[in-house]
Amino acid sequence: MEPAPHIEVRDLTMAYGDFIVQRDLNFTVNKGDIFIIMGGSGCGKSTVMRSLIGLQRPAAGTVLYDGRDFWNVEPDERERLKRRLGIMFQSGGLWSSLTLGENVALPLSEHTDLAPRMIREIVAFKLALVGLNGFEEFYPAQLSGGMKKRAGLARAMALDPDILIIDEPSSGLDPLSARRLDDLIVELRDSLDTTIVLITHELASILGIGSNSIFLDAETRTMIATGNPREAVRSGDPRVRHFLSRGEA
Amino acid sequence: MSSEQTRQQWRLETGPDSADTLEILFAGRWCLDQELPSVDVLRSALGSRPKRLTFRTDLSAWDTGLPAFLFSLIDLCGEMGIEVDQEGLPKGVRRLLAMAEAGRERKVSRAPSDRESLLARTGTATIRFLHGAPEMLHFLGEISLAFVRLLSGRAQFRWSDMWVEIEEVGPRALVIVSVISFLVGLILAYLGADQLRLVGAQIFIADLVAIGMVREVAALMTGIIIAGRTGSAFAAQLGTMQVNEEIDALRILGISPIDFLVLPRMLALLLMMPLLTLYSGFVGMLAGLLIASSIFDIGMFEYYNETVRALELKYFIVGLVKGTVYGAVVAYAGCLRGMQCGRSAVAVGEAATSAVVTAILMITISASILTIVFYQLGI
Repeated sequence: MEPAPHIEVRDLTMAYGDFIVQRDLNFTVNKGDIFIIMGGSGCGKSTVMRSLIGLQRPAAGTVLYDGRDFWNVEPDERERLKRRLGIMFQSGGLWSSLTLGENVALPLSEHTDLAPRMIREIVAFKLALVGLNGFEEFYPAQLSGGMKKRAGLARAMALDPDILIIDEPSSGLDPLSARRLDDLIVELRDSLDTTIVLITHELASILGIGSNSIFLDAETRTMIATGNPREAVRSGDPRVRHFLSRGEA
Repeated sequence: MSSEQTRQQWRLETGPDSADTLEILFAGRWCLDQELPSVDVLRSALGSRPKRLTFRTDLSAWDTGLPAFLFSLIDLCGEMGIEVDQEGLPKGVRRLLAMAEAGRERKVSRAPSDRESLLARTGTATIRFLHGAPEMLHFLGEISLAFVRLLSGRAQFRWSDMWVEIEEVGPRALVIVSVISFLVGLILAYLGADQLRLVGAQIFIADLVAIGMVREVAALMTGIIIAGRTGSAFAAQLGTMQVNEEIDALRILGISPIDFLVLPRMLALLLMMPLLTLYSGFVGMLAGLLIASSIFDIGMFEYYNETVRALELKYFIVGLVKGTVYGAVVAYAGCLRGMQCGRSAVAVGEAATSAVVTAILMITISASILTIVFYQLGI
């Protein structure tokens, strides 16, 4: 059976003024993919992510969610599309004036009819999924960087989004926590049919859980490879091989 | 027992599977887009104290609403000593529960609660104040030592930073200082005119405005404007640097944050405040002149002559000393609160607020002290 496209990116160009960050990007994220956007530091991965989630309008090109043009639909429709997304920001993006429990509960109380008691139960479960059960009363400032990231993921998962977009999930985590996070991502895909977009340069995650990918090049400012990352290791492009083999190829 | 609601599409049924076993059926849609039950709905069923709990499902759809419910249920069963058999649950639910259970194993000491009694909060605030006083003195000492290092040429200080600060606290504050000083001069003129008209001495509006502005009001108003504008900015800048670990980085590299960050700000305000005070006094007197000549029919030249006659050098000295002292306390309060800032966005906001409150309190205290001192000196 043909995989169903979930996100289609066509001729996308991202720029800051006259400075082109990435140009002519074309890729499709299918339902159930763990899609990796990879590349070296400064290649524009996070900028591309900002165009996917509605924070930065592309200089050119289109982003389609289930066939609907994200940047050219009515603002109300765009808000509805955004609600189907769960975003985990690179540094967690937690609201510092709220406790972890309140951070995860806020999307639930704003966008569902759930009773406060049930919201508390869901918050406890989501925090347990990321290994932070018992930290409900803590404020973000009382946590380490890695814990903030995991809490950011719990908040991103609060509404069981169709698409989970995760920016650099493993950086700053110890190997066991990073592995646990990767396992959770796979589990979310398998159990809840969540489509995952991972922005990362962590090879363990790229090769361990990625099912499809694009490689962004900082020099040419465009994508130079696409496909399953485990096959990209044998890519004809030496820059991709070099990256995926830690500079040994 | 059957618990079904018309608006919701979830269904939950319980019934004895055998004498010691309670079976729960989860059916329909268990998704977050509807009202889901909390685990409390099963408390009465579990009250019969079965030894074992088993599950059966007839689900049309589910999301994390179902495992979240089960997670709480397993927790409750643990407390009641009931064994839970997850065999009848969908595989995905079991896997998610297993991951959540792994996260549950961790024992955490709770974060200190904010909900303390009034007595406890009063005690905490008093202790914090008592601890705060030595901290404030310590910071004052550090600044004094930094000044000594600066004078002996040993301070880790960049003059370029000071020029940037001077531009920020001086020329960029002129508009707000002009507006406030003009309006205060206007108020003083009207206030004087109302009283002096009774004795036919309206010409003395010039004396009131000139002496009032130059000696007291210009310094006080400029101090308060600068406390709100610059003191809070200092606290927010230094507070954000604390959050971003920039100050830690300076310390690690052996660079004194007092020399590098506090000194340029202190010097900039110490240099600019006397000038802003003079400017404020001039604008206030100009407002008095315009009001007196246009509303109260006092000639401009007459007003000018009376102003020159009224003003003495000592009034300028008093005003400039007060302005300089207010500038010093604003810079001190802003930098102190910024350096004491915690490591969150909330803490930065608190530091900025605290800087303004501290600065205004210190301006008021120093104004009172200086007034008494100048009175005793006969100035």
